[in-house]
Amino acid sequence: MEKPIDIVIHARGLTKDFGQLRAVDSVDFEVRKGEAFGLLGPNGAGKSTTMRMIASVSKRTGGELSILGLDPNEYGPDIRGHLGVVPQQDNLDLEIKVRENLIVYGRYFGLPMKFLRPKADELIEFVQLTEKAKAKVDTLSGGMKRRLTIARALINEPDILLLDEPTTGLDPQARHVLWDRLFRLKESGVTLVITTHYMDEAEQLCDRLIVMDKGRIMAAGTPASLIQEFSSREVVELRFGSDKNARLAEQLRGFGERIEVLPDRILIYTDTGEEDLARIVERGLRPVTSLVRRSSLEDVFLRLTGRSLIE
Amino acid sequence: MRQIYAGRPHTVVLRALYALKTSAWFIVVSGFFEPVFYLLAFGLGLGTLVGSVTGPLGQPVSYAAFIAPALLATSAMNGAIYDSTWNVFFKMRFARLYEGMIATSLGTLDIALGEIMYALLRGLVYALAFMAVMLSLGLVPSVWGILAVPAALLIAFGFSACGMALTSYMTTFQQMDWINFFMLPMFLFSATFYPITVYPEYIRWIIKLFPLWHGIELIRGLTLGQFDVSILWHVLYFVVMIAVGLIATTRRLTNLFMK
Ligand SMILES: Nc1ncnc2c1ncn2[C@@H]1O[C@H](COP(=O)(O)OP(=O)(O)O)[C@@H](O)[C@H]1O
Ligand SMILES: [Mg+2]
Repeated sequence: MEKPIDIVIHARGLTKDFGQLRAVDSVDFEVRKGEAFGLLGPNGAGKSTTMRMIASVSKRTGGELSILGLDPNEYGPDIRGHLGVVPQQDNLDLEIKVRENLIVYGRYFGLPMKFLRPKADELIEFVQLTEKAKAKVDTLSGGMKRRLTIARALINEPDILLLDEPTTGLDPQARHVLWDRLFRLKESGVTLVITTHYMDEAEQLCDRLIVMDKGRIMAAGTPASLIQEFSSREVVELRFGSDKNARLAEQLRGFGERIEVLPDRILIYTDTGEEDLARIVERGLRPVTSLVRRSSLEDVFLRLTGRSLIE
Repeated sequence: MRQIYAGRPHTVVLRALYALKTSAWFIVVSGFFEPVFYLLAFGLGLGTLVGSVTGPLGQPVSYAAFIAPALLATSAMNGAIYDSTWNVFFKMRFARLYEGMIATSLGTLDIALGEIMYALLRGLVYALAFMAVMLSLGLVPSVWGILAVPAALLIAFGFSACGMALTSYMTTFQQMDWINFFMLPMFLFSATFYPITVYPEYIRWIIKLFPLWHGIELIRGLTLGQFDVSILWHVLYFVVMIAVGLIATTRRLTNLFMK
């Protein structure tokens, strides 16, 4: 089948079984050249499994998959030569130094030393590890290791960069440093595929995304279009204390388009948050805390699955 | 084939050489001294009590010259097994190293061959050093003895390939200890310190099933000048070990890291 040149990843009915378990259940998606594409979903949704199939290190059970126009079942090594991979768990080479990690990795791709020496220095600078170039890997902090892994993934100048939960486990500052580097990569035209269970990460980084749960795609689109389609403009969050939330929800009927009662809070989906809150208080209801905020992908996920992204 | 082999095992060797710089030199150097100590203690020490023994051609041979080739074969085996079991076990189960390699355009055969080639490189250095000791003590009567070095590499290759394949099935340190449990008796009873003729017929056949006996006979035949068709059988034994080991290792790496 002929595919338009700017579709770099194409999946149809993509499925992966581990024994009895269906980890990825017939998913369809396309990734366009130069975009940042997200896979958002909670733990166990099948994000990593999908990534590993794209990375051509895991054989699909069924469906179609083509990466850069090639079938990974036949052209695994050729495809991998054009990919950069940042796995969920760092697998840096702890026995060799920071800069050597880049050089050696480049050699695995068959790249010559003449190319690799300046490239390694350039990438070390890009991920802000110049001071650590000669350090042993185990002396790096979590955020530094993550950045080194990204530098390593860029050594072969990949067409597509796959990032599996790039900022999980990092402190807020380290996350922002990393996001900044990813923005720059996107600006320079690298196609990014990012999995995450942080909705703010997905909103910040992704042009388009799919929302996954239990191996299936629940929804697809841009962050804004997903919010528009599945949520209201604003959300009123009320906390009455965990024993009262359920009882008071009854009295809130009629407010907003939809009410969601969680164990710790009540969410009212509405386009007029401040007004609704004022009317609620007028009625004599006294929440312990209240908050009006914009809708997020978290709300989209809640709407689609009835559960929170991070349990 | 292109799915499992990119033709770049040497890049895996390069990685091992970088890693060697930061590794424990004590272990690296001890690989040379172990057989030398055995040679001095048993060959020269015990050898004064034993006197000379009958060589493969019926000629009298000093006891040191009799056991030296066996020690060379054994050190080839030990080095290969150490590198392909303990080192590889750690990399497979804890270091996630192969996971990283697999994500590049390398194939599983590149990884298997690369690790083995590195073990052989180390084995070559040990074999040359031990050969130098044997020559300087006058323990290599035959000119064919020069072939003992490539023979030691062949032995190391066979043990590496099979050692790595076995290791890929192991999940705990206890299982790894079984390998040592098996190697020590093989070292002691494979006609290392005395000719196989001391055993009754049926025990000889059991000994002949094990690889170390073939390795020892191969090198002993070369250094003591018994250059005949039996050598081909010993060589064939290791060629089969290499083939089986490589195929099994490559399959296992694929199953473990590309599932
Ligand atoms: N190698 C594997 N063997 C067996 N089950 C697996 C394997 N990898 C993942 N799974 C299972 O597949 C499901 C999806 O896992 P994963 O893709 O890691 O999800 P996510 O990355 O979204 O958290 C989970 O139920 C997980 O336990
Ligand atoms: Mg995951």
